[in-house]
Amino acid sequence: MRMRTQLQTPAVRVENVEKWFGRTSALQGVSLTVQRGDFLVFLGRNGAGKSTLLRVIARIVKPNSGKVEVCGVDVLRHPEVGRERLGFVAHSSYLYRNLTAFENLRFFAGLYGLRSGDRVQLALRWVGLEESAHRRVHGFSRGMQQRLSIARATLHDPDILLLDEPFSGLDFEASELLGQWLQDFVANGKTVLMATHDLEQGLRAANRWAFVDRGKIVRELQGTDTVVREQYKHFLKEKKHDFS
Amino acid sequence: MIFLRQAGAIFWKDVLTEFRTKDALTSMLLFGLLVILMFHFAFEPDSLETERYGPGLLWMTFIFAGMLSMNRAFTNERENDSLQGLMLAPISWGAIYLGKMLASLLFMLIAEVVMLSFFAVFFNFDLLPRLGWMLTISLLGTLGFVSVGTIVAAISMNTRMSEVMLPILLLPIALPVVIGAVESTAAIFTDPPGEGLAFWVKFLVVFNIIFVTLPLMLFDFVLEE
Repeated sequence: MRMRTQLQTPAVRVENVEKWFGRTSALQGVSLTVQRGDFLVFLGRNGAGKSTLLRVIARIVKPNSGKVEVCGVDVLRHPEVGRERLGFVAHSSYLYRNLTAFENLRFFAGLYGLRSGDRVQLALRWVGLEESAHRRVHGFSRGMQQRLSIARATLHDPDILLLDEPFSGLDFEASELLGQWLQDFVANGKTVLMATHDLEQGLRAANRWAFVDRGKIVRELQGTDTVVREQYKHFLKEKKHDFS
Repeated sequence: MIFLRQAGAIFWKDVLTEFRTKDALTSMLLFGLLVILMFHFAFEPDSLETERYGPGLLWMTFIFAGMLSMNRAFTNERENDSLQGLMLAPISWGAIYLGKMLASLLFMLIAEVVMLSFFAVFFNFDLLPRLGWMLTISLLGTLGFVSVGTIVAAISMNTRMSEVMLPILLLPIALPVVIGAVESTAAIFTDPPGEGLAFWVKFLVVFNIIFVTLPLMLFDFVLEE
């Protein structure tokens, strides 16, 4: 019974969330429900509020009002419990340059309360960095850092992966690899929420789309990336007219 | 217990990073040794002068050298936005504070032991009979200073000119600890130790309890955007 209730609970539920930074409104009454297994992409210009929304869901930013639930957990009241279910990959790797790949993952495993040794080795093998395990991160290429960053974010086997412009700065090969990983992740029944302004990369596995503009979700769509691309281009043109 | 293990992981990460880069320790030691050397030449270090000016000079050196280390406690986390990585972990953010505070405490204590030895040599000061008290006072004074310093470093990290903001914000708040440390050190510099020693040590203990507890409770609000 409990298992069924858990499965019926949405992966993420956001209700009327508002966020202000001083006098600037970053999110205006955002509401959203994401089911388990969904791959939702937030599309919008820089500064539209995509990253802030992800950071509110991860509860590293506290909203001024509204409600956020991750797998049924109210993250405003129990942020630590909510974060256990989340992995977060951003443009920045969140890694320590003076530690080796192994030490970085062992450190984060410690924070997640994991028995580190085997888990870290497995994660390094999974992202293909086993041979570079004892090299310091400052010698890593951007692609290698991003692979290690994915290992860091998925070390604790999260149900939900939040990605904030994860493809920026990656070369073609690394982008393809990341796109493939995301497909595999969703195929295993997990949930992905990704913010991007780039329509070219890693969107094959996405099934839901939300256009974000000035802190609001202005349009929600379902379907494949090819259909959405055209609509998003039209949307950007409309917005360009609005601005001019 | 879990909280302490998480704080321990952050402490160990900071210690490992510092022993690789030696940024904080090198700058603290160089600064401290230069100050002691300059004061050695500035006035004739006989026993009366050392008794009169030594405690203030020592703590001024400790505090300003420590400031260099405090500055690095959070600016290091700006690289690759790694502070966000810590904040995303399922931990109480107080563990970040405690881990960083203990790491800064260790770095400052190591530097202080070296600076104290140089002070003893350059000022012809007989440290050995007072060593126990001196280490106790150093520990209490430094603990109070780094516990306030860590939270202020986190506050000033996101301000413009954070390196200037840190001393401006920190020194007035840490003043009671600095006064307590200087006064208790002055009490042990006399022979026999001054009567005020017990009072000033108790004063330091009380302020340490306040200065460690309050930041632990307030740290979530400091990191929260």
